[in-house]
Amino acid sequence: MPADADIRRLPDAIPLLRRPDPRFRLVAAFVASITPALLTRPEAAAAACTAALAAAFAARLSLGQALRRLAVLNMFTAFLWLTVPLSLPGEPLWAWGPLSFSRTGAELALTVTLKCNAVLLLFLSLTAGMEPSVIAQALERLRCPVSLVFLLLFTSRYVHTVAEEYGRLAEAARLRGFAPGANLHTYRTVGCLLGMVLVRSYDRALRVHEAMRLRGFDGRFRSTVRFAASTGDVLFLAAMFAAATFLMLFDRFPELIRV
Amino acid sequence: MHISEGVLDPAVLSVGAVLAAAGTVLGLRRLDPERLIVVALLAAVFFVGSLVHVPVGAGASAHLVLNGLPGMLLGWAAFPCILTALFLQAVLFQFGGFAVLGINTFNMAFPAVLAGLAFRRLPQGSSGVRRAGAFCCGALSVAGAALLTALSLTFTHEGFALSARILFAAHLPIMLAEGLVTAAVFAFLIRVRPELAAGI
Repeated sequence: MPADADIRRLPDAIPLLRRPDPRFRLVAAFVASITPALLTRPEAAAAACTAALAAAFAARLSLGQALRRLAVLNMFTAFLWLTVPLSLPGEPLWAWGPLSFSRTGAELALTVTLKCNAVLLLFLSLTAGMEPSVIAQALERLRCPVSLVFLLLFTSRYVHTVAEEYGRLAEAARLRGFAPGANLHTYRTVGCLLGMVLVRSYDRALRVHEAMRLRGFDGRFRSTVRFAASTGDVLFLAAMFAAATFLMLFDRFPELIRV
Repeated sequence: MHISEGVLDPAVLSVGAVLAAAGTVLGLRRLDPERLIVVALLAAVFFVGSLVHVPVGAGASAHLVLNGLPGMLLGWAAFPCILTALFLQAVLFQFGGFAVLGINTFNMAFPAVLAGLAFRRLPQGSSGVRRAGAFCCGALSVAGAALLTALSLTFTHEGFALSARILFAAHLPIMLAEGLVTAAVFAFLIRVRPELAAGI
């Protein structure tokens, strides 16, 4: 095997949904975020969910990560299940004393649950493997304002540094006997930890800015990443739009599309 | 605090997106381009801060929202700051997505900006008043954000009215904790970097 052969470049190694150009994937992710929001019926939402599962397979999502994200999301949807059917009036599915679990409420909760999960999986699949820096460069190519792209790049660059710094300070506090509780001491300590991280980040920002100026930074951002679109990318996006249109039609005119 | 994708009505989403865009444009216009990198670092701090868990009583603990800090330190530039942090949260943790980014940004940034502007009106000298002001800035930013989130839910569908009310009530102990943490951050900044406490 030649020295520069990269196992990831072998055609079978890259999952299907990770192959399109990042710009196309971002637009697709945007479409995938908007479309479920427009759906109103549980059947259409369920169809969106099925599409999302298919996308998750096509992107070969890591099961552990997907489950963790879904768990966090569904804590909110569980909360909705507990409140919406009990408060929305309607024909009761079952009743227990003064509490009545309405059918309309359950339908609403179901639709929202399906929509939320569909969007999460679609979003995860379409942005899988894209580093924030790649996303920022793709956004810049998609005519996003340069200052926002700049913010995104630098924030994503420093998030890990700041997180590490906070982690170190928090550990130092723990080693000195700090045990969080619902008291003034805890809030004051957390405030000081955050303040310290803020001060260090501010100083770092000034240093980085000066270093950039000394290296000729004039405020304009120039990207060196080359993006190349192919017919496959265009077809991919067209398929996304077609699927989205189909879902919306299915939602609005269920009689037209009899399965 | 921020709402997931798929819950809100498209009308609410669009209004939120437009308002967030307006706030961001205003924030970027008022910002000295030299200070963009400071805003980026503050966005990183805001991002990390929102991952911090703090006990709020009765055995429960909650993530800090901390939107009062960008409001206090950045004013209108809190909009691009919070937008960036939320975008990163969407991409890295899938908290929310692209459709809901606008309304979430507006819900968190607008109260922060208002509270921050009010805070800047306070007299420079007396530190006790300013510390109380910082507490109010932190608490009211979270209160405003919780209120706007509850309203977004209610405007989407009247079925969410109870959920919205419970959500808001659940944030009351968090408001207290946030006010105290923000006041503590301010007190720290006044001692260590007074020029930072005066605002970027």
